[in-house]
Amino acid sequence: MNIDLILFIILALVAIATALGMLLSRNAVYSALFLVLNFATVAVFYLLLGAPFIAMAQITVYAGAIMVLFLFVIMLLGAEQLAPSKVIPAQKWVAGGLAFILVAETVYLLTVRGVPAGNILQPAESANSLGFLQQMGMMLFNEYLLPFEITSILLLVAMVGAIVLTKQEKGGQK
Amino acid sequence: MVPVNFYIILSAILFTIGAMGVLVRRNPLIIFMSIELMLNSANLAMVAFSSAIKSFSGQIFVFFVIAVAAAEVGVGLALIVQIFKSRHSINVDEMNNLKG
Repeated sequence: MNIDLILFIILALVAIATALGMLLSRNAVYSALFLVLNFATVAVFYLLLGAPFIAMAQITVYAGAIMVLFLFVIMLLGAEQLAPSKVIPAQKWVAGGLAFILVAETVYLLTVRGVPAGNILQPAESANSLGFLQQMGMMLFNEYLLPFEITSILLLVAMVGAIVLTKQEKGGQK
Repeated sequence: MVPVNFYIILSAILFTIGAMGVLVRRNPLIIFMSIELMLNSANLAMVAFSSAIKSFSGQIFVFFVIAVAAAEVGVGLALIVQIFKSRHSINVDEMNNLKG
């Protein structure tokens, strides 16, 4: 029982509890705040795994930009709580049973069949040094240059799409 | 020194919670948040594997996944706002025709 394992178990419990809180809370604003906490926990996992750049990107992009956008839309639409509607009978139980089967199957396939046992993560020695970021940048702009450029086009298309979708049409229907 | 299996099990549990959110909730905003949770659990698995095999490729893929998630949320929330404007309700049970 070393300190890494204790930290992992505490953080894993926090991550699962916040995900369940997101799923179960009635108010959409509470769901969004639970999800922010979950993203922060996952960012700490990235730091534990020796990926500081991804951890910072997670905090700024997910917890910062995406969740603020979510909160804006929730409050703009007043959609904190929807009126209760007709639910399919036993939907929750069927979904819960299917989810249990899915998680059991995934855990079996990934741990018993997939990953060879005894594969231990080493803590990254050079995680905090500048050489790490330099190496990652070199890889991003050499080997993965084409996907990087395609990402820029994708973001441009998404931006244009969002503007076109929410644009007020002048003079009613065209 | 945490075995990589633990990270994969945690990622599977988070993914399943996200899938359950898509199945049982009626609010499209919460369905979107569940999709974000599923993307995040896949990211966690990729970073765990990339750390286990000591390669940066997994982390670079996570970087691209984050960019794609940002684009997806932008367009998806614009669609939800537009549906709310035309129907004054965003309950997914009531979205049963394609023509606005």
